[in-house]
Amino acid sequence: MHELSVTQGVVDAVVDALPGRRITRVDLDIGALSGVEPEALRFCFDLVTAGTGLEGAELVIAELPGRAHCEDCGSDFVLDTCILLCRCGSADVRVRSGQELQIRSVRVA
Amino acid sequence: MCATCGCGDGAGVRVTAVGRDGTPVHPHPHPHHHDHDDPDHAHTVVLEQRILAKNDRLAERNRRWLAARGCVVVNLMSAPGSGKTTLLERTIGEAALPLAVIEGDQETLADARRIEATGCPVVQINTGAGCHLDADMTARGLHALDPRPGSVVVVENVGNLVCPALFDLGETRRVVIMSTTEGPDKPLKYPQMFLGADLVLVNKIDLLPHLDLRLEEIVENVRAVNPTADLLPLSAARGEGMTTWYGWLGRLTDATAAHHGDAGGTVRS
Repeated sequence: MHELSVTQGVVDAVVDALPGRRITRVDLDIGALSGVEPEALRFCFDLVTAGTGLEGAELVIAELPGRAHCEDCGSDFVLDTCILLCRCGSADVRVRSGQELQIRSVRVA
Repeated sequence: MCATCGCGDGAGVRVTAVGRDGTPVHPHPHPHHHDHDDPDHAHTVVLEQRILAKNDRLAERNRRWLAARGCVVVNLMSAPGSGKTTLLERTIGEAALPLAVIEGDQETLADARRIEATGCPVVQINTGAGCHLDADMTARGLHALDPRPGSVVVVENVGNLVCPALFDLGETRRVVIMSTTEGPDKPLKYPQMFLGADLVLVNKIDLLPHLDLRLEEIVENVRAVNPTADLLPLSAARGEGMTTWYGWLGRLTDATAAHHGDAGGTVRS
């Protein structure tokens, strides 16, 4: 859905940062709690990059797990969804990572 | 995916100032800032930049523009048919607040006409194939709306519980409406939307006696995703709970008046 706009965001950011350069590889960090489906990004990538400096570039997505900390029992755990619940039953949970939606690097030809 | 939801690239976006002379809205200037190093000999360039950085920059610009006018902006989001426009109609009629509205829909001026009938300033943004508003469309809507200083601008986002959650418009607060008729599990099914809410309005509580669910189930599910958001059950059609909503909106403007001059408000990443 919104992944088309997100993919357009990748192209805009790279073209802004490196105008006129040909890009052969794009590395993204996508957190499990970011609300973006990596598979949908891959689906859009060829369409959105066509006719830009990113056309034909390899898309590499690092899918980062969600991590959370329970303020009640002190445990750190992996969070697969946005449901903020610790195994101890507490909902006093702080998300530590997993919301990343970042362009890590690009390779320039 | 795209063929299914019809999500587009924004090329078909139209902004209409309803109730005015229909003068076309001119796009505002887009100064670009290129802050890169000389990459001539680089093979890999580390960017470490948020993908939606461009939208976030534009949203920040909206926020500054609004702060300079002493305006607050509420980004109002929900599924289609949850009662966003009905809530606004009643709010405009009853709350003693200087409201102005931006309507977001894929097509038609229907909602803007409903708002215009109340006498409230309104602009309609039609996103065409797009499934959400973004900061650039909002900027165009704001320029067309030209809200008076001190206004409470409510942006009624495209009815959609998924895509609008990701796009900062430059809002002061995010308000999500869910209605009792949607069932109790919407916060669990669409957690991103509820996670980012400052206020969750549970609408259509007048229909609870006819439904096979309890308000407590809804509250429990909202809390599972967002333990800290304000939560307010109401009926936009019958009026129950609306005074508390007007009070919540009023406190936003009080806070802005107290901090007038800074870029105040909730800044979301």
